[in-house]
Amino acid sequence: MPHDHADHDHDNHLDPMDARVRALETILVQKGLIDPAAVDAIIDTYANKVGPRNGAQVVARAWSDSAFAEWLARDATAAIASLGFTGRQGEHMQAVFNTPAQHNVIVCTLCSCYPWSVLGLPPVWYKSPAYRSRVVIEPRAVLAEFGLTLPDATRIRVWDSTAELRYLVVPMRPNGTDGLDEAALADLVTREAMVGTGLPRVPA
Amino acid sequence: MNGPHDLGGRMGFGPIPLEVDEPIFHADWEARALGLTLTCGALGGWTLDESRHARESLPPAVYYGSSYYEIWERALERLLLRHALVTEDELASGQAAAGEPHPRRLPAARVPEVLASGGPTDRPISAAARFQPGDRVRARLMHPKTHTRMPGYLTGHFGVIEADRGGFVLPDTNAHGDGENPERLYTVIFAAAQVWGQGAEPGVTISADLWESYLDPA
Repeated sequence: MPHDHADHDHDNHLDPMDARVRALETILVQKGLIDPAAVDAIIDTYANKVGPRNGAQVVARAWSDSAFAEWLARDATAAIASLGFTGRQGEHMQAVFNTPAQHNVIVCTLCSCYPWSVLGLPPVWYKSPAYRSRVVIEPRAVLAEFGLTLPDATRIRVWDSTAELRYLVVPMRPNGTDGLDEAALADLVTREAMVGTGLPRVPA
Repeated sequence: MNGPHDLGGRMGFGPIPLEVDEPIFHADWEARALGLTLTCGALGGWTLDESRHARESLPPAVYYGSSYYEIWERALERLLLRHALVTEDELASGQAAAGEPHPRRLPAARVPEVLASGGPTDRPISAAARFQPGDRVRARLMHPKTHTRMPGYLTGHFGVIEADRGGFVLPDTNAHGDGENPERLYTVIFAAAQVWGQGAEPGVTISADLWESYLDPA
């Protein structure tokens, strides 16, 4: 299960970096290289507008509409764009579907490539050297740290995002969700389920 | 280059740093560093590939000792210096003389459009595909000192072509200002047991997206 680690690095270095970034922004504004309001607008986009609810809508639509699921499998970029989700770090999308036989998990071992247009900015764990180094050599051990233990018979496919293709995992629809509409289904779809380090929530 | 960023299969980094209810940013400076990186990128002085290479070229002790946005900030400073957009003196003093707006300065009003359109890197390619789905290939054994997206843990290993993704900009040249040189990109599947050998977890395959010049027939 996810848990707090009070005893180690949280990818968070406060004071010296605060001064360093402020100094750089000051210079860039003085020199006419950037508009600080553009910086604000970028932050607002990823803090408030683009995030994993986008991807959850894609998955919920795929669960509800087999024609959409087929389109998503064939041309994920176009199918996702039809829901209004396009752009930076989502220019070339691929959807990979979990099955009883195969579970998919996404990583970028070389940096932290992540499908921003559907999941927003990556969490610290996705960017961490621990995840990037380990998930290709011991995915079952890594998934167990997320609380996900798969049957030995389930194959695992690890997708290393080495180029500009960005991957979205489409998890299997949970049992007991037959009566749910798309909005209720989307509420079950977590960020981790769409990276492959988790499964969707089960309805209460 | 197989620098500090080339992490696949490396050991010693400990447990996955999971965090309950993780915020999008852990400090205001992280958000500003993101925004500065994107607004400076819009000036057109460098490509995404060059910015990746700037990050992975940080000394290993700096790379491993820095958080993600700290790596971004440090790499951005290097790029701005390299392209003569700021000077060492300005960075040291935190002050610069006022300048006219750069012709490609990104105005706030254009941010939604720029983020929504992104920067596609697929390119038309006329050359016939050298490989077909199902072909056995070897990830070319190579250790260039320059930028590459061949991960070190796969170089030299045998795999199978799963899909031909069409033409894409070649990062190996584009990162160094040597042109886009688009090449066909393939998704290649490797059996973990063949990559890692003894002790590999059972039932695991790994895929990577590799350019045609990264592959040899096998």
